[in-house]
This record gives sequence, structure tokens and C-alpha cells, in this order.
Amino acid sequence: MSWISYVIFFAVIALTLYITYWAAKQTTTASDFYTAGGSLTGWQNGMAIAGDYLSAASFLGIAGAISLNGFDGFYYSIGWLTAYLVVLFLIAEPLRNLGKFTMADMIGARFGAKKVRGAAALNTITIVMFYMLAQLVGAGALIKLLFGIEYWMAVLIVGTMMLIYVLFGGMTATSWVQIVKAILLMMGTIIISFLVLMKFNFNFISMFEVMKTATPHGEAFLHSGVVYKDTIGLISVLIALVLGTAGLPHILMRFFTVKDAKTARSSVIYSVWIIGIFYVLTIFLGFGAAKFVGADAIIAENAAGNMAAPMLAGVLGGDALESFVAAVAFATILAVVAGLVLSGASAIAHDIYGQIFKNGNVTEKQQVAAARWASIAIGVASILLALGSEKLNVAFLVSLAFCVAASANVPTILLTIYWKRFNTTGAVASMLTGLIVALVLVAISPSVMNPVEGATLITGNPIFPYANPAIVSVPAGFLAAWIGTLVSSKRHEKDEVSYAEVRFKAETGYKELDL
Amino acid sequence: MTNQVARGKSTMDYEKLVQTEDFKGLVKRKKNFATPFVIFFFAAYFILPLLTGYTKILETPAIGAMTWTWVYAFSMFIMVWVFTSIYMNKAKHFDVEVDKIIEKNVLK
Repeated sequence: MSWISYVIFFAVIALTLYITYWAAKQTTTASDFYTAGGSLTGWQNGMAIAGDYLSAASFLGIAGAISLNGFDGFYYSIGWLTAYLVVLFLIAEPLRNLGKFTMADMIGARFGAKKVRGAAALNTITIVMFYMLAQLVGAGALIKLLFGIEYWMAVLIVGTMMLIYVLFGGMTATSWVQIVKAILLMMGTIIISFLVLMKFNFNFISMFEVMKTATPHGEAFLHSGVVYKDTIGLISVLIALVLGTAGLPHILMRFFTVKDAKTARSSVIYSVWIIGIFYVLTIFLGFGAAKFVGADAIIAENAAGNMAAPMLAGVLGGDALESFVAAVAFATILAVVAGLVLSGASAIAHDIYGQIFKNGNVTEKQQVAAARWASIAIGVASILLALGSEKLNVAFLVSLAFCVAASANVPTILLTIYWKRFNTTGAVASMLTGLIVALVLVAISPSVMNPVEGATLITGNPIFPYANPAIVSVPAGFLAAWIGTLVSSKRHEKDEVSYAEVRFKAETGYKELDL
Repeated sequence: MTNQVARGKSTMDYEKLVQTEDFKGLVKRKKNFATPFVIFFFAAYFILPLLTGYTKILETPAIGAMTWTWVYAFSMFIMVWVFTSIYMNKAKHFDVEVDKIIEKNVLK
């Protein structure tokens, strides 16, 4: 890579460090640290949601998947976008109205028992660790490729940067890094898409004609089924995509960074436009890479196709554009891991330490200190795991994170808001069952078990046929909620708040403490 | 200062609040509004893999070489944007109702 890449690379680092320096001066309370004091406006939070949401999996992953598998790659775009309707229609406002810092707060607003909060925190930490490990390993490989530095050094650079943002700047720095990244990502994607469209003489329809013969798949490239030959397997993936989003702790946490449910709602509107436009443009990234880079060259760099977008930028715009896109990818990863560290830290410091061990009796100063220590713990643990996982195929970690979110979190979130009879036992049963079923089924799925030696963690025939088990694990989460609730319906748990109160607060956003 | 969520020692009578005609009306109107949209977008989302997986009807060309698969997919995008806008507009009306309920029943 040329000197241009270094200039752009260091410009991104300098800008984000300046943001952190500025944010650090306004981060003093726990609320500042976790939620930027609830001070973000609708558009700021909308951009930050987009920045949080459009991870490397969206930018590098979908571009690569479409370029190699055609329409099957586009399912990810459709799934992740439709997921936004689930968040908007069913979850965003009640969550904002009931919670404070974390998803566990919202469930805890109805079920005060420590085991409920503990289970919710456990799920959050599990999802965060899987997701972050995938991002860090991906980041290490990407930076190694782009700048020719060693893998361990690349992981350390990303890990150190994310810790600096979170430790000093908390949610304020993290949010602004995400906003900057969202702007850079949209710029990069729009430039590439424009250049691709120009190559096709600005004729969107004839582009499809060209793509019929541009890839080894021929016409099948434009149809569903290149990868997903089995429809049940495809539906399982789509369930995880559309429901998983609504259970991702770092996405849900973003709704607490605004002052009320109205602002939370308006931020979803902004982000849905940005994210929607981005996902439409993934077609140009994917088609462009398939046509102008070619499947062989893309696979030669990375078997999963992760380098398709930067390579396409290089072909279309030379070194300067490729460097810019590489820097965008770097910023993308930084912004997402910072958000993940923060939500993992909130589960440890706020839910486990503050609420479970200290019963909520912690001073402001203790809370902030605990949050910083928890960030270090989560950050260091994930860096160490990432250092030892260079050779690991990380794609299954992302699918695992989505699957756990969909199976372990979403049933409890929905039922806490909408089911009158739901109780403490039902919530704990649902969260643990969803978590365990998802973990076990992935462990015996083709993502982990493959008869070809060395392709996956375990050599052998997969016991469970689908790479993504959501079609079984999500119903399991709901079923456990139902059974758990029925078998314990006579028992009275003292820490349960009446459904009337939860319902009233969820619908109106009314809080007694505000009076 | 503590950050414990206030619970158990509530001074409000929520059982009575949720029984008020205003609140029951709000919940009913919200439900009647949201339910058809939620059913529709889930149905639209899962019909796509059923059609692509078990039939070939979406594989015929729609506009030039672009097949109905893509037209269906783009319609999903338009659906997301349209539903989001509808929700936004409707939610403003609910906000007004909520303000009235709080004013009448809580701040009296």
C-alpha cells in the first residue's frame, strides 16, 4: 500500500482520538459513560445506530457474499433491513420507556429477581464476546492484508484503540466515532456505486443482463439458491437475521442515549433510511466486484470474499480510493467493537456488580470506576482470545451471536412487554434455554463439524444439518417461556412488579422518579 | 445516590390507571394499528424464501433481465420505508393521547 493509505489511516486515528479527548471532558457520571447522558439528538443517534449496525459483516461481508453468490448474498441485506421494522413496531419505545442503561434493566423493570438480571447479563456478555471475537479476528486479517503488518500487531492496534475510546470517552466518544464512521462508510459506498453504475452506462436494468454471463454461476447468479439449496436452512438464517437484531445488546443500548421515546423513534427513522440506502448499494458493490474483479481474484485474497469491496475500489479508483475504502473498513471495525465493549461492560458493571452484588447501592463514582474496569476486562479478554484465534473461521461466530440474540433475548423481551401471565420462572427458563439450545446446536452444526479435516473446529459429520439453528432455537426460547410460566403460575415471586404498572409505563413512558 | 429502579413501593394505583377508558382506548388503538403491519411484514419476509425455495415463479424476467426475485426484494425495501413513515405519523397522534392521559390521571 502507498503513502496515501498511511495518510488516510492516520487521519482516521487522529480524528477519532480528538473526538475521544473532547468527549472525555464531558464524561463524569455513569449516565454519561453508558448513555452519553441521554443527550444525543434524533439524527445523531440515527447516524450512530447506522454506524453501530453496519459492521464489517455488512460492508465487507455482504459485498463479498453478493459478488460470489449473487442473490443469496442479498438475503443478508433484506433480513437486516426488515429487522428494523421489528425493532420499531415492537421493541424500541417500550424498551426506552422501561429501561435505563441496559436490556436487563428493561426486563428487571418487571422481574426484579436477581436470577432474571443475571441471566440477561449472561446473554449479553455471551453475545458481545462472540461478536467481538469475530470483529477482532476479521480486523486483524484485514489490517494484515492492507498494511502488511503482523496479525498480532493488527489485533493489538484495534484493541488498544477501542479501549481508549471507551475508557476515556465512554458512550459520547463511541457515539461520535460511530457517526463519523457512518458518514465515511456512506461516502465510500456511494462513490464506488457511482463508479460501478458509470461502467454500466447508468443503465440499472442492463446491468442484470451483463451479470447473467459475468460469473461462473451463469444465470443462477441472479436467482436464489447458489448457496441456500435447502429452503429450511435458508428460512433458519432469515429468522436469525430478522429477530437477532432486536436482541443485540449493543443495538438496544443505543435507544438509551436519547432523552425520550419520541427521540428514540425519530432516530430509528434516520437510521432506517441510511441503512436502507446502504443495503441497496450493496448490489453495486457485489455486482461490481463480481464483474470487474472476478470471483477467482476475490477468492484468492480471502475465501469468504471479505476483500471484494476494497479490491473493487482499487480497480475502479486506483490506490487512492482503495486506501480510502480500507480506512473506512478500519473505522467501521473500530466503531463497532467500541460499542460492543461498552455494552459488555454495562452488563458486568451495571447489571452484575451494581444491581446484583450491590443491590443498586453504589455511588456515582463507584459506578464509573466499575464501568471502566469492566471495559478493560472485556477488552483484554477479547484481545487475548483474538490473538489465539487467527486461524479460526469466524463466520460462525457472527451467526452464533445473532442466533443467541434471537433465541435467548427476543422471546423474553417481547413477552415482558406483551404477555400478562409471563413470570420470573418463565423469563429465566426462556433466556437460559434459548442460550443453551443455540450454543449446543451450533456446536454440532456444519459450522463447527466438517468431514474435511481442518476446515472447521471439529472433524466429522455434522449432527445438526443447518449452519444456523434459529428455526429450532427461537421456538425453543418461546416454548421454555410458556412452560416455565405455566409450571410456576401458582408461585408468587416477591420482586415482580404488576403487569399493570409495566404496561402503563411501557405505553406512556411515565416514570415516577421524574415527578 | 443510588440507581436502583424504584419498585415495590409505588404510590400510584396502576391497576386503576390501566382500567381507565382513556388508557384502554389507547392500547386498543395502538394494537389495532400495529398488528396488521406486523403480520404483513413478517408474512412478506417469509413468503420470499418459500417462493424462491419451492417454486420457480420468481425466476422469470420482470423488467429486462431483472427477475421477479429482485423486484420482490426491492419491494421489501420500499415496504420498510413506507411502513416506517406511516408509523412515524401515527405515533405523533398517540403521543398526544399519552400526554392527555398523564395530565388527566396522573398529574391531577
